[in-house]
Amino acid sequence: MSNDAALKDLLFRMADDDLIIAHRNSEWTGLGPIMEEDIAFSSIAQDKLGHSLALYTLLETLGEAEPDTTAFTRDEAQFRCCHLVEYPIGGYDFSLMRHFLFDMADMLRFELLESSSYEPLAKLAAKVRGEIKYHVFHAATWVEQLGAKGSEESHARMQSSLNLVYPLALGIFEPSQFEAELAASGIFAGEAALQEKWIAAISPILERSNLRIPAVADPAQAYGGRRGYHTEHLQPMLTEMTEVFRIDPTASW
Amino acid sequence: MYGNLSVIDAQPNMPSEEEDPKLLAEFEARIDRGEKIEPHDWMPREYRRQLIRMIEQHAHSEIIGALPEGTWITRAPGFKRKMALMAKVQDEVGHGQLLYSAAETLGKSREAMINDLLSGKSKYSNVFNYPALTWGDTAVIAWLIDAGAIVNQVANSKGSYGPYCRALERICQEESFHLKYGYDNVVTLATGTETQRAMVQEALNRWWQPIMHFHGPPDTVSVHTEKLVRWKVKMATNDEMRQEFLDGYVPKIWELGLTVPDPNLHKNPETGLWEFTEPDWEEFKRVINGDGPCNKERLAVRRMAEEEGRWVREALKRPSQKYVAPLA
Repeated sequence: MSNDAALKDLLFRMADDDLIIAHRNSEWTGLGPIMEEDIAFSSIAQDKLGHSLALYTLLETLGEAEPDTTAFTRDEAQFRCCHLVEYPIGGYDFSLMRHFLFDMADMLRFELLESSSYEPLAKLAAKVRGEIKYHVFHAATWVEQLGAKGSEESHARMQSSLNLVYPLALGIFEPSQFEAELAASGIFAGEAALQEKWIAAISPILERSNLRIPAVADPAQAYGGRRGYHTEHLQPMLTEMTEVFRIDPTASW
Repeated sequence: MYGNLSVIDAQPNMPSEEEDPKLLAEFEARIDRGEKIEPHDWMPREYRRQLIRMIEQHAHSEIIGALPEGTWITRAPGFKRKMALMAKVQDEVGHGQLLYSAAETLGKSREAMINDLLSGKSKYSNVFNYPALTWGDTAVIAWLIDAGAIVNQVANSKGSYGPYCRALERICQEESFHLKYGYDNVVTLATGTETQRAMVQEALNRWWQPIMHFHGPPDTVSVHTEKLVRWKVKMATNDEMRQEFLDGYVPKIWELGLTVPDPNLHKNPETGLWEFTEPDWEEFKRVINGDGPCNKERLAVRRMAEEEGRWVREALKRPSQKYVAPLA
């Protein structure tokens, strides 16, 4: 299949994004600002981990290794996640804003993929989109609460987080070398189309939240992740994630 | 997860004579008939006080208990374990939430309880003051500490206070999954490579004493709890719970070819009771009073989370809204 490389590249981006954000969001367990948020971030993390597993499983059917090996033995340069998901959890404002901007893109991506010509992905998209809808609902409710209905401090924190996270979020849409191929074969409409939908979706919510989208001179500053160039945060995270697995990668754990 | 129920307030109990004798007699008759006491029913002050203490300590144990295992979520080997551990620790936090709500029905707010936890006034289960050093420790905790907790919680779910019993029923169902997860994890390690086997054996050696401490000091030295037994606040003695635990799990440990670091541990065929070397109860006391390997770290993490999250909680407040205790 001539589209294999393009398809795999798309699946790796998505799977790696979901794995890394799942890992990051799970770090809130036990540490949230209120217990209900510990629980919510954990639920979302579990969903994301499940989505990454489903995507790695599709990759396995395309000839890649089984999911544990793919997720737990690759090094940094083999990952295709965007920089946004790699950052440590920071404060709750940072994690919440990341959750909002990432999940909106994730939901819209799967929405586009429901009509993908690659049927297994279309099926998966139809299945997971319902879950991600709740992630977006959760994030948007909190962003609005803390942005427009909270305190002066919460508004200031949310705005400064948006200033920090928004430019990173543009890295989600780093174009791939396969854009034309993916669009022509009907697998995926492409990163530019997705970004356009994303802007249209986040703008009214941010406006309602009294938050202003910062100007970004060069979106490409957050690019690189899709080609294996990552922030300094990814490798330490992977080292931690694979610490036990690497004791014996051939053992059953 | 919870244990050390025996750490009951050592202050002298409030004498029941101070209560209205007619109301007290009705209350005790209801308990004798097996009825549940509900939040708005009359209850002796001492009953309320002991229940708040107990449920609150249980709630604290859940959220502090999330910490030693929580640190392994990011290191769990493989999708299956990572997913399961995330869900398990999330359950523990959820139990905390349920239990704080149950305690709130008795008139103490979640905030007040958390403040007492952070100030050290209120205790939590001693086992969580020990570190989970390796992946093997998380397996042993999930299996045996959760098993110990189930013994305790199943007993308490038959107690007299409705909201606590209902919370415990749900908690026990979830804990029984944790136990399966923990057992599966221990079996995998015990039947795995040499390294894995050593990892789980060493963890078991480390955790045996805290496990033996789990249900509290022997009945012979425990504080007087007759009234709490009568009121169905305390449903089983420490020794009864420890025996039930040993009976259920020591054979399973041995079956896996693992050893218990106590050469005297055996079941006496005549009495049907397990005999063992008494764990160091002085250490138990020391740790409960704040001098364990992780007491400071656990509370420091909780304090940090409280401090860091304060702005979020403040931003949720509405001056027009008053505190409402949750419905049971």
